[in-house]
Amino acid sequence: MQTRTEISFNSKVEGDLVHTRLDAAVNWCRKNSLWPMPMGLACCAIELMAAGASRFDIARFGAEVMRFSPRQSDVMIVAGTVTYKMAAAVRRIYEQMTEPKWVIAMGACASTGGMYRSYAVLQGVDHIVPVDVYVSGCPPRPEALLEALIKLQGKVSREPALALQKRVA
Amino acid sequence: MNWIGMSARELAQQLKTRFGDLISEPAEFRGEITVRLSDPACIAEICRFAKKDLGFDCLVDLSSLDHYGSDPRWTVVYHLYGYGHHCYLRIKTDVGEEESELPTVTTVWRAADWHEREVYDMMGIRFRGHPDLRRILMWEGYPYFPLRKDFPLAGKPSTVPEVAFTNAAPMDGGPFVTLAGGRDSTAREPRVRGPESDKK
Repeated sequence: MQTRTEISFNSKVEGDLVHTRLDAAVNWCRKNSLWPMPMGLACCAIELMAAGASRFDIARFGAEVMRFSPRQSDVMIVAGTVTYKMAAAVRRIYEQMTEPKWVIAMGACASTGGMYRSYAVLQGVDHIVPVDVYVSGCPPRPEALLEALIKLQGKVSREPALALQKRVA
Repeated sequence: MNWIGMSARELAQQLKTRFGDLISEPAEFRGEITVRLSDPACIAEICRFAKKDLGFDCLVDLSSLDHYGSDPRWTVVYHLYGYGHHCYLRIKTDVGEEESELPTVTTVWRAADWHEREVYDMMGIRFRGHPDLRRILMWEGYPYFPLRKDFPLAGKPSTVPEVAFTNAAPMDGGPFVTLAGGRDSTAREPRVRGPESDKK
């Protein structure tokens, strides 16, 4: 019995046509090119840089283009302690990002305030922006950030992209 | 005045000779000299003399203490250093809570600018004659002085529209304190510790 090993598109068998849903095609484009906005606020940013460097290589997941302009980025990676004083800037930069946009809360501080149970620190960035993926760790390993990115890709690929498009317009 | 070859104690003596009863006897602790100034209103004059005539050309640090419950409530501490004679001098002066104000030393050392702003921000002690006495760490409009002893670590709720807001942080029975010298990492890790929980 012959097993079929080839599962990718084969033009000899299937011709020059690809059948898919538009949502799936749009999401496939989006999820493989998530440009991060590196909101590096504390030591987590060092791990974020490591994730971007050659050893861990975030480019394998299409997210290597760190954009320091919110208007060109898709996913804000909040890496570090968000103080109340910085919260206004984080919120402002989030609002300047163009739709569609996502947020990764990287590390304990960005997720919950972490060890800073204090008058100066926002107890979780989800008080001011909607967070899609939380990463545990203090700081998380670069692998954990990559896992979060893969999780986010999964979330992006399941989104009803066109319906959301209408909502935004 | 020629201060070359003088020790920190001799320099402190010079200060006492010049200002008399305003300055206390120099006290030594672990090789560091401290003098207390009885009238905080003279601090700028004392510092100008220390810089111009005693060669203390560097203000290393300017900080404050809160003796909550006793009077006078505040102590403002000046750490001086001279690059010419390599001597340190510490000047302490007490400030009452009702006044909570003393002259600025930005007129002596420009470096005092941000130090004094920090003391003002955290403790609420004002510096008369400071060129720009704004908050430096907290935002403009924050209603409290968070390093005072009667301010809770978790903070208090406040709002400044379009700038910032604060909520009290959940303490969950904390503060969580690390125990130094515990026998293993389980014993050392941060746990709820305090007068109440230690009794158990």
